Amino acid sequence: MAAPTKPEYKVIGTRPVRPDGIDKVTGRAQYGADIRQARMIYGKVLRSPHAHANIKRIDTSKAEALEGVKAVVTGADLPQSGDRRSDKSLNVLAADKALYRGHAIAAVAATNPYIADEALKLIEVEYEVLPPVLDVREAMRPDAPVVLDWVRTTSMAGTGEEPTNVAAKGGFNFGDADKGFEECDEIVEGEFKTKMVHQGYIEPQACTAMWNPDGQLTVWTSTQGSFPVRNDTSEILDIPISKVKVVPTEIGGGFGGKIPVYIEPTAALLSKKSGRPVALRLDRTNVFEGTGPTSGTSIKAKIGATKDGKLVAAYADMAYEAGCFPGSSVTLGAMAMFAPYDIEHVKIDTYDVVVNKPHVQDYRAPGAPAAGFAIEQLVDELAEKLHIDPLKLKQMNSSHEGTRGPGGMPFSRIGQEECVEAAMNSEHYKSPLEGPNRGRGVASGFWFNVGLRSSVNISVQPDGTVNLVEGNTDIGGTRASLAMQLAETLGIAYEDVKPMVVDTDAVGYNDVTAGSRTTYATGMAVNKAGLNLIEKMKGLLAAKWSAEPDAVEFASGTFSSGENSASFREAAGIVAGPADATLNATGEVSAGVLVGGGFSTHIVDVEVDPDTGKTQILRYTVVQDAGTAIHPSYVEGQMQGGAVQGIGWALNEEYYYDEEGKMANASFLDYRLPTTLDLPMIETVIVEVPNPTHPFGVRGVGEVSIVPPLGAIANAVYRATGVRQFELPMSPRRVLETTHDLG
Amino acid sequence: MATHIQVSTRINGEDVDFLCDTRQSLLEVLRDVVNLTGAKEGCNNGNCGACNVMLNGALVNSCCVLGAEAEGAEIVTIEGVAQGDHLHPLQTAFLEEAALQCGVCTPGFIVAAKALLDEEPDADEARVRHWLAGNLCRCTGYDKIVRAVLDAGDEMRKAPAGR
Repeated sequence: MAAPTKPEYKVIGTRPVRPDGIDKVTGRAQYGADIRQARMIYGKVLRSPHAHANIKRIDTSKAEALEGVKAVVTGADLPQSGDRRSDKSLNVLAADKALYRGHAIAAVAATNPYIADEALKLIEVEYEVLPPVLDVREAMRPDAPVVLDWVRTTSMAGTGEEPTNVAAKGGFNFGDADKGFEECDEIVEGEFKTKMVHQGYIEPQACTAMWNPDGQLTVWTSTQGSFPVRNDTSEILDIPISKVKVVPTEIGGGFGGKIPVYIEPTAALLSKKSGRPVALRLDRTNVFEGTGPTSGTSIKAKIGATKDGKLVAAYADMAYEAGCFPGSSVTLGAMAMFAPYDIEHVKIDTYDVVVNKPHVQDYRAPGAPAAGFAIEQLVDELAEKLHIDPLKLKQMNSSHEGTRGPGGMPFSRIGQEECVEAAMNSEHYKSPLEGPNRGRGVASGFWFNVGLRSSVNISVQPDGTVNLVEGNTDIGGTRASLAMQLAETLGIAYEDVKPMVVDTDAVGYNDVTAGSRTTYATGMAVNKAGLNLIEKMKGLLAAKWSAEPDAVEFASGTFSSGENSASFREAAGIVAGPADATLNATGEVSAGVLVGGGFSTHIVDVEVDPDTGKTQILRYTVVQDAGTAIHPSYVEGQMQGGAVQGIGWALNEEYYYDEEGKMANASFLDYRLPTTLDLPMIETVIVEVPNPTHPFGVRGVGEVSIVPPLGAIANAVYRATGVRQFELPMSPRRVLETTHDLG
Repeated sequence: MATHIQVSTRINGEDVDFLCDTRQSLLEVLRDVVNLTGAKEGCNNGNCGACNVMLNGALVNSCCVLGAEAEGAEIVTIEGVAQGDHLHPLQTAFLEEAALQCGVCTPGFIVAAKALLDEEPDADEARVRHWLAGNLCRCTGYDKIVRAVLDAGDEMRKAPAGR
């Protein structure tokens, strides 16, 4: 089916240079570690060497006595309300138990980083080491060591009685899966495992905190959400929210990992104790061991179809590691798992499981890639058994408008069918792949497009340009994509909009830059602000033109009424002279979570070296529905970047633990991100099926591109080797082990 | 005990003397003593390239060089790549081709790519990919970076003077 035609836009769909670009190519942009304050001192964090241990005693006296040390803090310095500190607070600084290797135990601030490091060595901690539990299925066993004594299983049936690591049981049940499987001619199933992986942002967490004598706390930090940092810091320190100002710096990548607070409350406490601004910056090992990666998972799945290729029934048992506190993305993974397909009977059981590893955090489409690794291999296997082209099978079973979507609500207009069709019609898919040890794989994926809250202010400057004040940190070109939407709304040039990201005191509340929401939801707020401004200007123009208030019209960037007409800039000059009105407006949006919906289909060609097991990506194509691509280059960038993170996850990346729960590869040398040398160009096909919930048809594009690669590459490796891959990463060793018998 | 040492260098074409802790890396000196924060710390052990600078004409990870080793050295950082208001073709190409998202790896990539193109402006894709394998980017998947470097090479071949 053809995509609907989109309106003629002047700015949307062009590729201007981003407003923050010059600063970022000349080294002037200020990131988290680039903040300097007079009399600033340096914080460092002492971390647990054990994955699971009771903390019997902490003695900081020798550290405090070291020349140059200005403050030392431990968990005892954090306020406690109720019977225990919150999970968030406990993750910032441990209380009486270390829950993972890398768990923060204490922190110091000193006049230089070397003295701070020396002081850490002088802190005496007496541990009682406990056996760790590291694997999700082992942690679910009744005889497993219990990580947190207050955890009880919550489920629809209520709350359990016994201490356990299974924090929650949940799931979904649509139709009658048992009956559905009886109707199937072909059923395939498998058990799939993935390891913890890290977002791998290049900039480690870094903040600077300054606690003034009047109780006003200012925090400069690299974060995806300055307002959530403000809220969490206020809550953990038990100080009024009005006393905390968060100033977002430029952010060096996040992918979900820079939503929570790790260091801000600690830096604030060190500043309060020392009376000095405190810079606290993590190193790479701290980042791997002490911040939240995404879950290791275990998924047992089964799907069935009729002999003519109709998917009828699906079942999944999904267990996700939450790390040391409850709260994995298993429910989101379950909601996303079967979303590309119209399947009548679906049953999913989910388990959120606590283990002695860092508390997991969001990572681009959290929960969905592991689910995709399972379902996309099973769909591929069905296609092979039914002798149907794998994309053809997807096309026959695609979700579409009205299909039951995640959680049971029907989808609005979505673009899964269009993506599959575009993939089938691509030059890549039509080109034959020849040669030994080579294979082609395809996979689809779904991710949400959340709304949440955004708020912007706009004001017209004396020269007719417009300042756009927003609160979402710009992680990949959103100053540009928001300025473009305002320019389109006002009918002015992109260059006439000056966007700026400000601190939490200077703009209304904004939720995180996450969930593929900024260009979508903040874009809606920008559009509203623009429309509000136009209405205001219409009224003012009517007075100047002696026209009826509703007689002024605005179209294609021009105000008009009878004989009179004026461009936006002319109109601003007419109504906003020195003795006239000031021209400003706000725009706000508060939208639901389950809006929009992004789909993507990937095609990959690989060659597997039969001697080493190494998989080389020969060619890669990403097809994705962007709704409307505001700035196509940055849309392509999201498609390419997510795909390459998925390639790394598929082939190389994993948290490699020893039996004591020590991560053995906590560096960029041993935790190997993809490099230029591992990759070809990443081809892109932007599909545009406008999102009916957005004024310009935008869908968030930031996340779904990481969902298909795991399954697509597994399918390609299967076609190249004849062996299915049930565990990630498909490292040379694992591929060699699994294909060895056939060698 | 003397813990500091005086070092004389030229940085981005200007004489710069600094007093550094003998333990400090060149990266720390540039960022914390000389206040040139364009070079970034991503790993502090030579794996990510975010701290790339030129030291006596050679591309180095400044996190793996001691500040004290820079005595008498000629250093070029990202802050020295543009000539006044005039951007280097690599900087222009990175902007026009959207070769950065978060931008934190960008200084390292531009310094590293300039080191390549200054010697080999006709470097092809395979050469560019091989040369830049020491620079990690987590946002872009490298596609637009490699294209920008190739296009900057084209520009530099067209107008080689002064570059």
